[in-house]
Amino acid sequence: MKKSTMKSILRLILNGREREDAAADNLLLLDYVRETAGLTGTKRGCDGGECGACTVLVDGKPALSCITLAHRCAGTHVETIESLESEGRLSRLQRAFHEYLGSQCGYCTPGMIMAAEALLRRKPAPSEADIRAALAGNICRCTGYVKIIEAVQAAARGAP
Amino acid sequence: MSLAAPGGVGERLPLIDGPDKVTGRARYTADIAEPDALAGRIFRSPHAHADILSLDVEAARRLPGVVAVITGADCDKTYGVLPIAMNEYPLARDRVRYRGEPVAAIAARDAATAERALALIVMKVRPLPGYDEAAEARATDAVPLHEKSPGNIQREVHHEFGDVAAGLAAAALVREETYRYAEVTHVHMEPHATVARWDAEREQLTVWTVSQVPYYVHLMLGRCLGIPESRIRVIKPFVGGGFGARTETLNFELITGLLARAAGGAVKMELTREETAITHRGRPETEVVLKLGMTRAGKITAAACTVTQRGGAYAGYGIVTILYAGALLHALYDIPAVRYDGYRVYTNTPPCGAMRGHGTVDVRHAFESLMDAMAAELGLDPFAVRRANLMSVPGTTPNGLIVNSYGLAECMDIVERASGWRARKGRLPPGRGLGMACSHYVSGAAKPVHWTGEPHAVVNLKLDFDGGLTLLTGAADIGQGSNTILAQAAAEILGISVERVRVVANDSAVTPKDNGSYSSRVTFMVGNAAVDAARKLKGILDEAAARALGAPVADIACVGGVFRAAAGPNKGLGFDEVAHAAIAQRGAIVVSGTFTVPEEYQGGKHRGGAVGSTMGFSYAAQVVEVSVDTDTGAITVEKVWVAHDCGRAINPLSVEGQVQGSVWMGMGQALSEETYYKNGLPMHANMLDYRVPSIVDSPPIEVHIVESMDPNGPFGAKEAGEGSLSGFLPALTNAVAEAIGVRFLELPLTPDKIVKALGRKKPQPKTGDAP
Repeated sequence: MKKSTMKSILRLILNGREREDAAADNLLLLDYVRETAGLTGTKRGCDGGECGACTVLVDGKPALSCITLAHRCAGTHVETIESLESEGRLSRLQRAFHEYLGSQCGYCTPGMIMAAEALLRRKPAPSEADIRAALAGNICRCTGYVKIIEAVQAAARGAP
Repeated sequence: MSLAAPGGVGERLPLIDGPDKVTGRARYTADIAEPDALAGRIFRSPHAHADILSLDVEAARRLPGVVAVITGADCDKTYGVLPIAMNEYPLARDRVRYRGEPVAAIAARDAATAERALALIVMKVRPLPGYDEAAEARATDAVPLHEKSPGNIQREVHHEFGDVAAGLAAAALVREETYRYAEVTHVHMEPHATVARWDAEREQLTVWTVSQVPYYVHLMLGRCLGIPESRIRVIKPFVGGGFGARTETLNFELITGLLARAAGGAVKMELTREETAITHRGRPETEVVLKLGMTRAGKITAAACTVTQRGGAYAGYGIVTILYAGALLHALYDIPAVRYDGYRVYTNTPPCGAMRGHGTVDVRHAFESLMDAMAAELGLDPFAVRRANLMSVPGTTPNGLIVNSYGLAECMDIVERASGWRARKGRLPPGRGLGMACSHYVSGAAKPVHWTGEPHAVVNLKLDFDGGLTLLTGAADIGQGSNTILAQAAAEILGISVERVRVVANDSAVTPKDNGSYSSRVTFMVGNAAVDAARKLKGILDEAAARALGAPVADIACVGGVFRAAAGPNKGLGFDEVAHAAIAQRGAIVVSGTFTVPEEYQGGKHRGGAVGSTMGFSYAAQVVEVSVDTDTGAITVEKVWVAHDCGRAINPLSVEGQVQGSVWMGMGQALSEETYYKNGLPMHANMLDYRVPSIVDSPPIEVHIVESMDPNGPFGAKEAGEGSLSGFLPALTNAVAEAIGVRFLELPLTPDKIVKALGRKKPQPKTGDAP
């Protein structure tokens, strides 16, 4: 039988709050976010790095949390979908995904919005090709992506 | 009289649960917090076909941390979606019939312990020959998978309507082709999951699950656990897509319930993507042999079609799928004579089932492809040949399907114009092509799977002291937006803002039973029930307003949330005032609205005649533009123009989303998606090998809505979520025929097929022929 995995202290900033947790050395960032921190907005959609549903930002860059070790994020700022609202109001991307129907079943949505958030921070006025490239690793099975592109464009314009 | 109310019928209303989805607050089954829940895991057969000689779970049971182990010995009841074809056990007994079939299950204190326990289970078997393909399973010396199905035929269908021989004899042109379609699967983004809690003290079970049909899950839990349905509560949280995969009770749902009881507590079962893929229930590998007869003017005189579906190891929806394939040869065009022969075959592969466009998609590709090829031979334009075959409506098809609203001609006119067809068809540069096709689908199967005699749909409305209106429904919103549509329907009838309507859905302890989200039934059937409920409530409110205003009920009108008497003083009463007046008299108001499809719509009297029957068919036409890279064989879909007749768009934003999603899912099947098996081993049980199109591969899809105002749909509405799918596949191959002069008879149309065909092809005219 395998010995239980070693744990060590993990310090990072999650959605603007400092955290300190005893985390197993092999703990995935996805499980850290969902189970250790209890933030279930980030989704598991596949068996590892295939679908993008688990996308979060690590120091502002999109990362697949299902194939990222939590301890690799020590000292970083991790942002999940729960971080985007401000005083309970939707962010411009969230509002655009809602109003343009960029979200149907909603399961890919948190990862899709986080990937789009990283794009808009890097490139506030993206072309359609930029949007397609930035979201190429995020699979959606409901929308055919048409309204996702429209939503990101609307958010970039700043006025859904 | 209340068209101005915000969120009423016809408004582009974002989904009422959209904010939950975009914030991550929406709770899906895996997000259900039951901190004491044990981890559930399933031991699956590594054999495609074998007799189980022994199953030793004692070592697993003894592992510290393991709380319960169950096997086929724990449940001797079969289950299945069709009462006439329940031949599956939650955990295999005596024999396994596909690789990955559940054999045993473990509940343990954590996932790692459960997985260690799986490795301690020892199954001894006597291998049997396994059949990956329908033809192997049908061989004369093949071992039957099921005793009652000699030759491994689950169901044969032989239907003939009209005189096919005479129709073919009268034709100027008769052609026959054989088409082949790979198996495809749903790949809903949310992997399967169930949480179950057994209350041992009170012998009650609560289940949260990913279902499109929570009511069927409820029935099968009762059957397989052998407990009264009154002791079960089924809750459907947010569901991350379904596309048909979840329209029947699935093995893991029953296993989790059985495990929870065995463990005496709560169990959380989260399947991996691979396990989700193996659970399957997708569209079967299919062969279609189609013969059409046509006059010189393009009028179809007769059709003869033989369909063989590789159904997988168990019955599931199979009988319905093979019947749909034949039934919906009808009701798109006027075809006087149709013969259909269908064969549903058992194989040692995961069971197939319902997938968006259930049973109709592959046949529609064959039909629209052959029609196009024959039109080319006769020198007819693709639009012209279809216009030559339009139905006269209202009317009844030879197989007894009733069509009351039919916007197909308008759909064709719109996409012909929008795509610039007349100016561009035949004038595109080499490697580029335009193709078109038509399609249709049912707005709800007219006859429920379980013939209980109950209404086909029920909606309850509750109005209480707070003035808020709660709409209670068992209809499963799986992302298609049914909660929003039902709220709009009720708000429209009552003349109030949709924001006042709160929807509570899918908790069997609270909401009325619903048959579920399948066959595009919810808008039509549950929408009609919502309208009925809202009218009943409105009647009560009108009476209260009449009393308060001292006017006859007949004179009361509610416009924009204000009740007025037609002849009385001008001062009206607000909705809250009237609600309180009504509640003061009778207490909290709960009304029940119902809908039932009348008998005459429930299909022909022939065996299997109920399948395909519906109260309203949707219609669609689409044009697809492609470019083909003749060096790499890669196809780029440049643009799609689609027009969909949904009767009336209760929510045009939502209709567009559904139509885009349908067309795009058709594109996946046409271009890249397939799954096959080697010795029963699935070769595509992940999201890299199973190639769902990415955002980079996906074209602009321009949607036009046609409103034919169905006489029976709620506000005239019909379905919007399936009918556009099947048209994409033939529109694509018809476009490729123009681009490179080859008509393909096999999907998906992957680049290797293009390169191979071009390598073989001699220079020829652009209309093309078979490779």
